[in-house]
Amino acid sequence: MKTNSQNGSQMTPIIEVTDLRVHYGDKLALKGVSFDVYQNEILGIIGPAQSGKTTLLKVINRTLEFTPDATIEGSVKLDGEDISTISDVYGLRRRIGMVQPLPVGLPLSIYDNVAFAPRTAGIRSKSELDVIVERCLQQAALWEEVKERLNTLGTQLSGGQQQRLTIARALSHQPEILCLDEFSIAVDPVTTMRIEEVLKTLRTEMTILLVTNLVQQAKRLANRTAFFLNGDLIEIDTTDIIFSENPAEQATYDYVNGTFG
Amino acid sequence: MNILRKKSAANLPFSETAIELFIRLCGISSIIFVFGIFFFVFREGAGFLFNGLDLGQFLTSVEWQPTSLNNKRYGAFALIVGTFSVTILAMCIAVPFGLGAAIFVSEFCSPKLRETFKIIIELLAAIPSVVWGFIGLTLMNQLIIAVFNAPIGLTMLNGSIMLALMSVPIIVSIAEDALKAVPDSYREAAEALGATRWQVVYRVLLPAAKNGLLAAVLLGAARSIGETMAVLMATGHSVNIPSGPLSWIRTLTATIAAELGEVARGDEHYQVLFIIGILLFTITFVVNLIADLVIKGIRQDS
Ligand SMILES: Nc1ncnc2c1ncn2[C@@H]1O[C@H](COP(=O)(O)OP(=O)(O)OP(=O)(O)O)[C@@H](O)[C@H]1O
Ligand SMILES: [Mg+2]
Repeated sequence: MKTNSQNGSQMTPIIEVTDLRVHYGDKLALKGVSFDVYQNEILGIIGPAQSGKTTLLKVINRTLEFTPDATIEGSVKLDGEDISTISDVYGLRRRIGMVQPLPVGLPLSIYDNVAFAPRTAGIRSKSELDVIVERCLQQAALWEEVKERLNTLGTQLSGGQQQRLTIARALSHQPEILCLDEFSIAVDPVTTMRIEEVLKTLRTEMTILLVTNLVQQAKRLANRTAFFLNGDLIEIDTTDIIFSENPAEQATYDYVNGTFG
Repeated sequence: MNILRKKSAANLPFSETAIELFIRLCGISSIIFVFGIFFFVFREGAGFLFNGLDLGQFLTSVEWQPTSLNNKRYGAFALIVGTFSVTILAMCIAVPFGLGAAIFVSEFCSPKLRETFKIIIELLAAIPSVVWGFIGLTLMNQLIIAVFNAPIGLTMLNGSIMLALMSVPIIVSIAEDALKAVPDSYREAAEALGATRWQVVYRVLLPAAKNGLLAAVLLGAARSIGETMAVLMATGHSVNIPSGPLSWIRTLTATIAAELGEVARGDEHYQVLFIIGILLFTITFVVNLIADLVIKGIRQDS
């Protein structure tokens, strides 16, 4: 693995992953990966199916704990603090926004979907919640379409709208880190473009981990890109280098150019 | 390949029609059975219902004296109140326990414990109601006397506890199915937003499963209204408007069970018992109707 970091101005690591190994039972899903994520960057994470991308995100927000036979070794630090030692796991999860591949509209109204996390965090005041709901729906480019019907069920929106609703929801607790897992899988190209624009503006406020099955999406958005393959981190570098004619690894070149396998 | 395709294409419509016919037959026969039972019960009681019975007295009087020689009275009001009060009290006990147990089993307990729990609940469901009545008559009777310092333990409370124990397994198993039917992705999404397990339950799972949970409660209530043997044995079986949980009562079902064997067929008393049957029929019909409407209303809301 070759790391070739530049990007001098924003070198504060917000996440430090060191020798991370994840087993599902006997199966090794992440085989000892190490890398840093810097403040306010978009880190693209690409790689074919089964390469451990989703597993990585689940380690970071500690939802892998719900998988009974999963074991984690190595360390993940968030702002210098080892996440496995954080006792307020619910608070930790609220520092991280998570967007799933298929939109999961909770069986609640649009308003309640976005107000869910603030409420669980203890915010009760209606006016405060109103402000949060509007801000997040604005940020997710959904406000104009739903402002007249905030009390209808979130699941009655179209697929693309629902995905933007889950993004609004992920932003509702003002996370430091936004993780998106193949968000465009069930979204039409136009909506995908709109969401990409949203991500570009969010970059100034937070750090974004963008797992994507579309390598061009990483090329369009990411400052740096990491290429995962079968649980190994093959290469992580600036997006320019990963998508250039000569990345450090041949496998990276093959995958990015679609001649893989 | 070609032959195969032809064969299946020719076979398919036949088996399809056969299955469809069978299913339709099942559906129609169940409707016929229900109507048949209603018709039979109605025919036995109809004569007296339309000719002789004072319906106002039947529904409002507390005097139930069907065997009195010179002052026959057929007032079923106390029986109706008895049935409803014992059922409502039973539901007050069974619903929190049943839903609580269902939530625990489906959300909070380890897979191993869950299996044990399910076996115990199935065992509870398999106990015949006469055994519950027996427990009410002996164990619960003495317990109530000891705890409440009551003269007699065969009371509405006793019957309600027995009914609750009988409907809890129904409520638990249906409610647990309803909770299990909520997709795991909801739980994961809510947990990723920083919700605790308990917040996931009451903010996401309960709203998502409310139809199934309501069905569980209503089926539990239906079981209680229709139950006969246990309430006959445990409630004191005495015509009375209850003043509290420690009053004795008598229910509609228990009255039929206790008296039908001793009346002459076709007799007025015999017919009144069948009119009680019609009344029970109507009550369950109305409960089911309300349940349907409530569930439909919920569907339209959402
Ligand atoms: N709950 C689980 N139990 C057992 N094995 C699992 C589980 N989840 C994932 N795995 C295994 O871990 C490996 C990595 O899976 P992961 O979902 O992280 O891959 P991915 O890169 O996100 O793939 P995709 O692009 O298909 O989403 C796979 O081999 C997968 O089979
Ligand atoms: Mg994945």
